[in-house]
Amino acid sequence: MKFAVIVFPGSNCDIDMYHAIKDALGEEVEYVWHSTDNLDQYDGILLPGGFSYGDYLRSGAIARFSNVMAEVVKAAQAGKPVLGVCNGFQILLEAGLLPGAMRRNDGLKFICRNVGLKVKNNQSMFTTGYEVDETITIPIAHGEGNYYCDNETLAELKRDNRILFTYDGENPNGSLEQIAGITNEQGNVLGMMPHPERAVDSLLGSKDGLKIFQSIVKNWRESHVITA
Amino acid sequence: MYKVKVYITLRESVLDPQGAAVQQSLHSMTYNEVSDVRVGKYIELTIEDTDRDLDQLVKEMCEKLLANTVIEAYRYDVEEVITQ
Repeated sequence: MKFAVIVFPGSNCDIDMYHAIKDALGEEVEYVWHSTDNLDQYDGILLPGGFSYGDYLRSGAIARFSNVMAEVVKAAQAGKPVLGVCNGFQILLEAGLLPGAMRRNDGLKFICRNVGLKVKNNQSMFTTGYEVDETITIPIAHGEGNYYCDNETLAELKRDNRILFTYDGENPNGSLEQIAGITNEQGNVLGMMPHPERAVDSLLGSKDGLKIFQSIVKNWRESHVITA
Repeated sequence: MYKVKVYITLRESVLDPQGAAVQQSLHSMTYNEVSDVRVGKYIELTIEDTDRDLDQLVKEMCEKLLANTVIEAYRYDVEEVITQ
């Protein structure tokens, strides 16, 4: 399986993401600059964290209009797995690939620490490696991760089991219903504030994030098996 | 030529954590009369004369890029700039 790590001016978790795929997961991966207008050769699209375009105006607001985003929309519509982490999640929200928006953390502080996450749904292509209600440890690092959507959208997210991860215990940022990660209606676009790419090796604190990438690969392989 | 002044704030229904912190600070300075604070953004656009509908243009720019209407409300004033 071949992944693309999309790099915007101001991305700063692109190298971690590349490392997670290449070294921890052992799959093919390439950096792809935001001006690219073709992603056909990639099977999975990863939007890393950082501060694309300096977070000017709003997080993700400017990146959302870069060339590559039309291709990301195309990949999402084609059913390819698209994962946006942190700033990547914010870009997916701004692009309308996921519903809702991010507000400043309710404590106004940038928070950088490990948090506990609850896996709410393990039927998604991103979470089949986990147990339902399993608690995992993954770091967060953001100033604007306070998820918001209207009541109607929230009801849809709940009804269709599109909330994959919630913060376990204390709510770090004021996020609605402790939401940490959601998918689109088709289930192939995941946005999450915690950084699974920073949790792929026990030596560095946790490898609980690795199963997200392993789940993507497993599900992709299963749906691409050539039956002779 | 026109000068367009765009004001963006969080929608009434959305809690403004920055505004709440500023309000608390004003209260601690004994300005207890302050009952609400909303922190927003102010954007100035200078727009050349155009055949296109100005209101329509500004609305489009606000809704596509300048404001995120999921959480933000915007309003704007248009001033005509007379150049010699």
